[in-house]
Amino acid sequence: MRPPRYEKIVVLGSGALKIGEAGEFDYSGSQCLRALEEEGVYAVVVNPNIATLQTDPPKHGRVYLQPVRPEFVEPILEAERPDGMMLSFGGQTALDCGIRLADRGAYRRSGVKVLGTPLQGIRDTEDRALFVQAMGRARVPVLPSRAVYSVDDALAAAEVLGTPVMIRVAYTLGGKGGGVARDRAGVREIAERGLRLSPVGQILLERYVGDFKQIEYEIVRDRKGNTLTVCNMENVLAMRVHTGDNIVIAPSQTLNDSEYQLLRQAALRAATEVGIVGECNIQFALDPRSEEYYAIEINARLSRSSALASKATGYPLAYVAAKLALGYTLPELKNRVTGVTTACFEPALDYVVVKLPRWDLDKFERADRRLGPSMKSVGEVMGIGASFPEAIQKAVRMSDPTGDLVPPEAPRPLAEVEPELKHAGPEILFRVLEALETGASVDHIAKLSAIDPWFVEQLSGIVRESRALRRRAGHPLPASRLQSAKELGFSDRAIGRITHHSEAAVRSRRLHLGVRPHVRMIDTLAGEWPARTNYLYLTYRADADDVRPSPKGSALVLGAGPYRIGSSVEFDWSTTNLVAGLKAAGIPSVTILNSNPETVSTDYDRSDRLYFEEITLERVQDLFDLERFRGVVTCVGSQLAQNLTPGLKRTGVPVLGTTPEAIETAEDRSQFARLLERLGIPQPAWKAFTTLEEASAFADEVGYPVLVRPSFVLSGQAMRVIWGRPDLGRFLELALRISREHPVVVTKFVQGADELELDAISDGEKILVAGVLEHVERAGVHSGDAIFSIPPRRTAVAVQEELVRAAEQIAQALRIRGPFNIQYLVKDGQFQIIELNLRASRSLPFLSKFTGLPLIEEAARALLGEPLSRSGWNPPPPDRWGVKVPQFSFLQLVGADPLLGVEMQSTGEVACFGSSFPDALMRGLFAAGWSAPRAAGRAFVSVGGPALKAEMLPIVERLVSLGFGLAATEDTALYLSQAGFSDVTVLYKVSEPDRHPNILEALADQGVSIVLNVPLSLSQEKLEQMLEDEYVLRRRAIELGIPLFTSLEVFQAYVEGLAWMKDHALTVEPTYGPRGSARTSGPAVTLGVRLPLTTPPASR
Amino acid sequence: MSARRLRRELDGAARRAELPASRPDFLEQCLCRPPLSFDFGSTTPARSASNSPRRRGTLLLEDGTRFDGVGFGASTTSIGEVVFTTGMVGYPESLTDPSFRGQILTFTYPLLGNYGVPPTTARDEWGLPRFLESSEVQVRGLVVRGLTSPSHWQSRHPLERWLQDSGVPGIAGVDTRRLTEHLRAEGVVRGALHVGATPASDDALLDRIRRAPEYAEEDYMAAVSVRHPVAYGDASAPLVAVIDCGVKASILRALLNRKLGVLRLPHDAPVPDRWEGRRVRGLVVGNGPGDPERLTVTVSEVGRAVDARLPVLGICLGNQLLALSRGGRTFKLKYGHRGQNKTVCFPNGRSLIMSENHGYAVDPASLRGTGLVPWATNPDDGTLEGLRDRPGRVLALQGHPEGHPGPQEAGFVFDQFASRVTRRGA
Repeated sequence: MRPPRYEKIVVLGSGALKIGEAGEFDYSGSQCLRALEEEGVYAVVVNPNIATLQTDPPKHGRVYLQPVRPEFVEPILEAERPDGMMLSFGGQTALDCGIRLADRGAYRRSGVKVLGTPLQGIRDTEDRALFVQAMGRARVPVLPSRAVYSVDDALAAAEVLGTPVMIRVAYTLGGKGGGVARDRAGVREIAERGLRLSPVGQILLERYVGDFKQIEYEIVRDRKGNTLTVCNMENVLAMRVHTGDNIVIAPSQTLNDSEYQLLRQAALRAATEVGIVGECNIQFALDPRSEEYYAIEINARLSRSSALASKATGYPLAYVAAKLALGYTLPELKNRVTGVTTACFEPALDYVVVKLPRWDLDKFERADRRLGPSMKSVGEVMGIGASFPEAIQKAVRMSDPTGDLVPPEAPRPLAEVEPELKHAGPEILFRVLEALETGASVDHIAKLSAIDPWFVEQLSGIVRESRALRRRAGHPLPASRLQSAKELGFSDRAIGRITHHSEAAVRSRRLHLGVRPHVRMIDTLAGEWPARTNYLYLTYRADADDVRPSPKGSALVLGAGPYRIGSSVEFDWSTTNLVAGLKAAGIPSVTILNSNPETVSTDYDRSDRLYFEEITLERVQDLFDLERFRGVVTCVGSQLAQNLTPGLKRTGVPVLGTTPEAIETAEDRSQFARLLERLGIPQPAWKAFTTLEEASAFADEVGYPVLVRPSFVLSGQAMRVIWGRPDLGRFLELALRISREHPVVVTKFVQGADELELDAISDGEKILVAGVLEHVERAGVHSGDAIFSIPPRRTAVAVQEELVRAAEQIAQALRIRGPFNIQYLVKDGQFQIIELNLRASRSLPFLSKFTGLPLIEEAARALLGEPLSRSGWNPPPPDRWGVKVPQFSFLQLVGADPLLGVEMQSTGEVACFGSSFPDALMRGLFAAGWSAPRAAGRAFVSVGGPALKAEMLPIVERLVSLGFGLAATEDTALYLSQAGFSDVTVLYKVSEPDRHPNILEALADQGVSIVLNVPLSLSQEKLEQMLEDEYVLRRRAIELGIPLFTSLEVFQAYVEGLAWMKDHALTVEPTYGPRGSARTSGPAVTLGVRLPLTTPPASR
Repeated sequence: MSARRLRRELDGAARRAELPASRPDFLEQCLCRPPLSFDFGSTTPARSASNSPRRRGTLLLEDGTRFDGVGFGASTTSIGEVVFTTGMVGYPESLTDPSFRGQILTFTYPLLGNYGVPPTTARDEWGLPRFLESSEVQVRGLVVRGLTSPSHWQSRHPLERWLQDSGVPGIAGVDTRRLTEHLRAEGVVRGALHVGATPASDDALLDRIRRAPEYAEEDYMAAVSVRHPVAYGDASAPLVAVIDCGVKASILRALLNRKLGVLRLPHDAPVPDRWEGRRVRGLVVGNGPGDPERLTVTVSEVGRAVDARLPVLGICLGNQLLALSRGGRTFKLKYGHRGQNKTVCFPNGRSLIMSENHGYAVDPASLRGTGLVPWATNPDDGTLEGLRDRPGRVLALQGHPEGHPGPQEAGFVFDQFASRVTRRGA
């Protein structure tokens, strides 16, 4: 039977990447679009995340780079008049937006049908009270709990349930705002916070089951009721840690058939009761000592877990879910891996996968490092192997290519390790090994950590193997020992370190003895049927390869690995698009190597061959041994891939594009500086140093502040602005720890300069300039955290032309072949170059979409040594503006200071285009979760130093003219009234809680609707932690969702934007229609939204 | 020796030559014998039973393909048909499933033994094995990639000790995917699994295989069927007969749980009209090992019950015996269906995931004129997964609606059967 036909369907995306909602939704949205394309449906995508594949110009459809918020989506529905709406492919953001659209009656008015799981089903899973009722009908037990709407009721409920009690917040993602309360005070604190954060003002208290097993099932179900589980997963850190921060293994390892089926049948009943059509994820808590279990939650949408399940099994969950939403039934769909068997089956695995999160907590000052019920990780990797140790060791190296999961040589006393087992942090696996090394029993470790003894026992295999290797230290290793270590996942480097051999020596001995990994397919059926899949991994527990080498002349593209601060979906965009680019340029077969399950590049139909493997020198060499690649591309996989270039060159692996020598010149500060000197291109005073004395003398000479950083880093890791001598020693030490092999560089930090970036492609002769971008903030904010404007607002075109000329000179001097990015400082019309990156940059997708230029195709030609087919620079037309806005996740990181600096902290980004800067900016800010202030509220201003205060005055004046009141601390209030402002409310400091009105009270009772807090010199105060007061203020503003500004330039732009919105409506128009026609081919929708815009609180 | 057989042997020899020599140290890893203490209080799974030195394991297929590994379980040589299952959980149930009698079972899932072995002597309220499908290990041998140390609250022994106590050999460290792909391509074959202090030679093992009977020629019923009728359940419950050709405990339990009384009959016993004064109101023909066509007595008894218009439920082998009893035919599948992820499609568009374990199937074409019609099919290879008569008095599924291991969604057939039995009785 044919499913009903749909002509046009709106697909909501998830917006910027943030903690709890990341790249997995580009995977799910992209698979959904693929399914729609097959059906000939005209797909309308609403998603402001410009770095995603799903917002690429569609073949048949349209993209709106617009905030996924009802105010913006409703006019799109009215203009587009679609038949259907997909809500389940854009995470919680899309689901929330979809529910609110329903509440506003938008579907009724525009006659749109929500496809997939019906709205009532979504509500049953999202509203805790409805959820409990639905599970009751399905005979699935849920934790004894109480949903409450006030702090008093929360306290009463805690009395009944007993403490400790888990508090969850309704309608938030990543468990945002929830927590475990151990006493009354804790209940009060978390309840207060949670009630404010929940868009519906509801929180849930439930029995705490931290030591239960955390088991998840992924369900698909069609409209006829055919239901099955695609995968189940077990969380190694039990219920104690949010699944997003947990170490997850698929399939479950410690469940017997009875438990497996008990939960599976419960999952099927639950999905049936809720009426899922498509996909859902169900999470259970299972007692480790009985069959007592509870359903914790259902996500009636694609989720991080479903992306993981998809990659773990090879079953394309999002694609299938989209087809089911269109009305197909499961038996009508084919398993895409075999091409002949049905999609109505449950995958059988003959391997295990382990997901390991990637945390970047070191980047966030003051952030709480303990893992718990709210998610903190920014990315993840997935190791595949024939055993848990093999998979977990891979995963550890995937997450940190310099790390090896081996026990420490000198473990601390057990008593020191124990607290770190009890409260897991990001290093929990290392702590387990350390405890094992001290001789602690499996049982003892299991008891403290709530990790099932099975996993601890498996990890102890790594410890035993390390000891066995240690006994062979200094001797030649026999084949049996090497084979054993490799089966347990040890890298050549780790074996070398333990046995005192070099990595290269271990490798050559290993190959000499015939110990090598074999290629295996992920075929969904454990080998039962012949598969046509190209989805591969390597394992040492095998005797034979499943595939033959790629055809001659094929290429390998290195992906970017886990998403982390500074490297996320934009690099996946480059990686995935480059495959098509290389194919267009004549490469017969392109293979991707990547380790990140949240990506589109690891969908096996995006490349000719996919190795889901670690991105390490050893593995790339293994692949070159197995395959016949012409060369490897390292310039689209962010710094992770590029850092392999020197090693690859050493081992004779051919690198495509810019030569490793040129890359070294760009990355090594001193070589790069000499190049600039030779070319006569200005640069800030700099010096590479290895001792504090040298550095100190240099800093005295050029004058503080100075910028300190190691070479070969991305995203400002260990980069600091230093304001005085005392800090210098501290950061020299840190910088050396990050990169021992490369010199550390001190640069004069130019204050008050503008920062610009240029992206281009070069063939060694000519360059194609993608664009010149200007930061809205003054220099000093990391480029990944800055708001970008194209065209520049403050830099003259003549100066921009100079920047282009300098780029051309450098490209020719280094004979760059491929994409590159240059960062400049401009002050008083004079420019200096501060950085050159010989790889695809973070802004490449933004520029590609803004300009409509085929940048990746040109890059592919350049990489293969062919001339560019076009070159030069065209500034954008005057009525076209693009603004890129970073997304922060401070709220999810308890304690993190939202003050920006030279170290990158944003987790994602959005971009909007418009005919004026404010139009694009304001939509960009809304898309990144900023809210419009409550109308006619008060702005609290706290600005350090007379210079900044003076700069602030005109902005504040503008704000007052818009009808806002002012509030300030005593000092600033006095300054403001002297400057002629009347009626400035004085708010007392955090450190003076007895004086009223206090700033914290004013924030809490909604007396303040905007906070401006610019400390005197960002970094100095941040480092020396002088102003605890201001930290608490910033933190509270974030927690309450009050727009917070720590930069005067952004504040000014925001105020200008508010003023603009008073007289103009924001435009909502498609960014491009079919085949990427650069400008709208459809109706420009004028948004009827005017100030006051009231929106719910969201994280900045 | 046929030319084909000779070629296979030569191929096998060539394949052997490519393999690395025995790798004792690495293979030891597969057995994961930790020096660390491993104390779980009252539910302590004893450490590996064998303190004897490491043993060699050899699996030699009839076509000459050889796999070396680490031996565990009993030190012996056993001959059986080598088959594989893709199920990821439920090894205690599978190993005790009488349908695996005569077979050496390979698990494609690479880690086995994770949750140990539950109490093997525990009985449920009807006296049936509580956690197992029969009272003993039924497979002739076990082939795994990796064996792990157990952790589970119900575990009483590690898997390897259970096998040792059961006199069954096992081999670990085998590339089970390569073995599976071989069986998939070549079809299931017999093999010899040898565990001992020294590896066995190909010639010796091939000789043992040749002297052993073919899988289809062996008689398994004496080993798997009850010798005398046994009644279970409430004496006042509606009574159904179960012909035991090696029936799984879970099938009996599925009936008992639906408030039926069960009369378990030897495979060659007549189905009585009455038993101790109670009328026999239905017949269940369950699973079992071997070639269904050999069970001529059972086939005719099933036919008699159908003629008598008794409600009949067939499961697995029972499905095949029902077809045979009405004049249908069965045939042997190349490598069978063994796993817990099999799809079964019904005519109304519904599909279910089922647990399966069968090497034979009913030829759907042979049903013409038998009064039976195809009821369920496997969408992947078109094989028959269930049959019925038009009134629905006779129902049969090729898979296992009782699960254990595996999904239980098809358990609705027990409900249908029970309601028909009860209705007739009322």
